[in-house]
Amino acid sequence: MKLFINGQGREICGIRTLEDLLARLGYEGSHFAVAVNRACVHRHEFGETVLAEGDAIEILSPMQGG
Amino acid sequence: MWEIGGRQFSSRLLLGTAGYPSPEALRDSIRRSGAEIVTVSLRRQSGAEGGRFWEIIRSCGVSVLPNTAGCRSAEEAILTARLARELFGTSWIKLETVGDEYTLQPDPFALVEAARVLCNEGFEVFPYMTEDPVVAERLIAAGCRILMPWGSPIGSGRGILNAAALRTLRIRYPGIRLLVDAGIGAPSHAARAMELGFDGVLLNTAVSKSRDPESMAEAFALAVRAGRAGYEAGLLEPRDFARPSTPVIGTPFWHVGAPS
Repeated sequence: MKLFINGQGREICGIRTLEDLLARLGYEGSHFAVAVNRACVHRHEFGETVLAEGDAIEILSPMQGG
Repeated sequence: MWEIGGRQFSSRLLLGTAGYPSPEALRDSIRRSGAEIVTVSLRRQSGAEGGRFWEIIRSCGVSVLPNTAGCRSAEEAILTARLARELFGTSWIKLETVGDEYTLQPDPFALVEAARVLCNEGFEVFPYMTEDPVVAERLIAAGCRILMPWGSPIGSGRGILNAAALRTLRIRYPGIRLLVDAGIGAPSHAARAMELGFDGVLLNTAVSKSRDPESMAEAFALAVRAGRAGYEAGLLEPRDFARPSTPVIGTPFWHVGAPS
């Protein structure tokens, strides 16, 4: 299915949930937070968040800031 | 010790983490500044890079204040705050809602709206604002216990452009935590903010873009302590006329009329 990940459209096959997607993209540990379609998804909900065609996913990590 | 956001701290200097020449410079500047609170942001990154910066911050043993830098609407700021709480495990949020691309000053309407929603969700909101007393009143009514007016625009190094307005905020809101955030360029600016009675100072560029960030961080630490000590000791009220500091009585060679 086509997903927009951090602003970029990508064709991702063989994944169903947000947890599947994060594993596919190499996100491990807990140093990131995720929003799907501009809604914050809590970590314990990753496995039950089913993704659909056209979903916009933001994966954010700690960064420098003033 | 002083209290902010329900917690006790020793240092009244808060430090930003952006723009340092190296991770080591960031780490050493935090240490030399004595800052116990640092600001951080959330940004898009690949899975492989995400942990390094966070590991450096964690190794410093400081508290983090996530920001909503770059958000241009209340909706964006609210979402970012929720993501920040999820990521950093804190309800603290430095709330920024950019309203002008040149000055980077906040859109006050979005700021107040976002503050109201976030305060209702249990966030401890540190709102970045101008010195507008009307906005201050609205933010407090929305639930804010902390206000962070600018000294001057972010990164401008202009120091405190409207001391009178900041003084008014201090007099009007004795029970609100007030921090000067943005525009601090020199240690004297930070000292001035503290002399006005502000509870703390938040700065970033003045340290990170210094030729020697670590030493500048220490200079600011000294300035914040000096300004606060001066304020607590009782500053001399400025006046337009002179008053001799040396006693007049007993002045030698003093004649009433011309000498014979």
